[in-house]
Amino acid sequence: MTENRNIWVFIEQEDNRIADVSLELLGKAHELVRALQDTDLSGSQVWALLCGHQVAELPKQLIEYGADHVLVAEHPELEMYRTLPYSRVVVDQVRKWLPYIFLFGATPLGRDLAPRIASAVQAGLTADCTDLQIGDYTSRKDKRVHKDLLYQIRPAFGGNLIATIVNPYTRPQIATVREGVMRKLEPDQQRVRTVEIITPQFEPGDFALQVLGRQIRESTVKLKDAPVIVAGGGGVSNQEEFDLIRELANLLGGEVGASRAAVDAGYISREHQVGQTGTTVRPRLYIAAGISGAIQHRAGMDKSNKIIAVNTDPNAPIFQVAQYKIVGDLGDVLPMLIKALREKAK
Amino acid sequence: MTSKPYNSIVLVKQVPDTRHVTGEVMTKDGTMNRSALPAIFNPEDLNALEMALQVKEQYGGTVTVLTMGPMQAAEVLRQALYRGADRVILLSDRKFAGADTQATSYTLKCAVQKAGAFDLIFCGRQAIDGDTAQVGPQLAEKLGLPQITYAEAIASLDGDEIVVRRAFERGMEIVKCRLPCLLTVVSTANQPRPPSVRRRIEYKMAAIPAEYPALLEKWPEFGSELSLDSHLAANNLKITIWTAADLDVDESLLGLAGSPTQVYKINFVVLEATESKEIQPTEEGIRALIQELIQEYLIG
Repeated sequence: MTENRNIWVFIEQEDNRIADVSLELLGKAHELVRALQDTDLSGSQVWALLCGHQVAELPKQLIEYGADHVLVAEHPELEMYRTLPYSRVVVDQVRKWLPYIFLFGATPLGRDLAPRIASAVQAGLTADCTDLQIGDYTSRKDKRVHKDLLYQIRPAFGGNLIATIVNPYTRPQIATVREGVMRKLEPDQQRVRTVEIITPQFEPGDFALQVLGRQIRESTVKLKDAPVIVAGGGGVSNQEEFDLIRELANLLGGEVGASRAAVDAGYISREHQVGQTGTTVRPRLYIAAGISGAIQHRAGMDKSNKIIAVNTDPNAPIFQVAQYKIVGDLGDVLPMLIKALREKAK
Repeated sequence: MTSKPYNSIVLVKQVPDTRHVTGEVMTKDGTMNRSALPAIFNPEDLNALEMALQVKEQYGGTVTVLTMGPMQAAEVLRQALYRGADRVILLSDRKFAGADTQATSYTLKCAVQKAGAFDLIFCGRQAIDGDTAQVGPQLAEKLGLPQITYAEAIASLDGDEIVVRRAFERGMEIVKCRLPCLLTVVSTANQPRPPSVRRRIEYKMAAIPAEYPALLEKWPEFGSELSLDSHLAANNLKITIWTAADLDVDESLLGLAGSPTQVYKINFVVLEATESKEIQPTEEGIRALIQELIQEYLIG
């Protein structure tokens, strides 16, 4: 089969609402198409693959956000996500078109589906990328230069390393990509492109699993877009101290964040976790209270505009990324901050 | 309700403890001294083992634990024996080394096929060294099995059907699936049991041949490796090792050679030191800080 040069994005939808990460990936795919413009792969397009039932309204939105062509697998069996029916559709389309690159969101769904697809088509897959670029690679195996590959860049080893992974031989080059790190395009409502409806062909074995019930909450935690975040970590010694963090966050009109230590200690739910395994944030102001600053945490917040760190240990790594360093106990410092803010408000 | 025994296979991995990267591990230039990290039983694999042991306790059947890794990985198999595994197998061969998730899942598929009939395969959701969560689904695909990722609890097991609760950050799902199938288990599933004191004594000599010299130092009464070997074999304490030659494999799909992904480069995460201003933890110091934040439009 001749190699297709297109960049595909798997579109995740729940109850006819497209996941943010899918729109972010359309934006990134556009950027990659531009990077391929002056290469042998010029003329590549962004294709979106959408699975669902009664999703006729969605392709228009995908085109506004950058899709050049939308493949829509429409079937009642695709209404709710299940691994095997979705795999059937996606694998059939990949075999038919053999895209050059295929991107999935690193969501629970994407991380369930992408490895299944990669295994079925025997292609390389990189999980949880935080950046994607186009570049050349000289293989140590065959000493050949492979031009214009996808650099799949991801944290590794608990976030202590950043690895750049390539798939020189297999297509598509598949990656799952972290939510919130790529930027959506401004939607262009004038944009007109093509939509193609495909009819899935299932096999009886595809229905080995049934969904008996599902409860997905809309997240009430808005860490990603919060202008101010006050976060607590392992230095918080009890629930009362964590309540100081909530109080300060409320006063500042911000959101409460946490390091893994505070989540593991049970002070707050995992939805509030900032870092490698949590949310990546870039607020205007980040206040880290009792957070030592393990690399897993810093990776999720070091792009904040200004960082204030409060820690009893003057050598805590968090101070290396902070603009304001307060060496002291958060049980003393936070009440002072709260008091000073209240005075100002008067 | 049909009650029958269920045979489980649990896939585990020995990993460097990346969660506790302390000052000794990070060097001054921001790089990492990997050898300073202790090797541990991958945390969510302990949850997977616990789930399999609970199935065994409730319904009967067996628990087989498989791991792929260097000879040192025999330690996690002993840990599995201490907790209640019936049979453990170490997959170890230079040919397996350098495998990405594709080559790893292929090797595991060949091993699972050799291990015999099973109803359930349990894996941890992901390993803390790579955090990819790919091997479970890829193994399920290669075995042609349905997969249930993010498994938190088995609601019921009845005949050839399992009902499982899956847990996500923002919700949950209840699914019913026919057996055999593969589950990847999350850390909130259970509290893994500690090693049992009785089994620790029973299996303290469980070993692979590479460990015999160390065993002989501890128990010189066995005299030679040969007599130690026959003692261990006779008492079901010799940990089985399978190499590539023991499996029905296409060698071109193993290890580094069989891995479609290649590492182009590795960068250490180096802290960019930020110029920082020290604020005194006093009422005056804090008041001045708030003033500055307001002036810079950061708050207020």
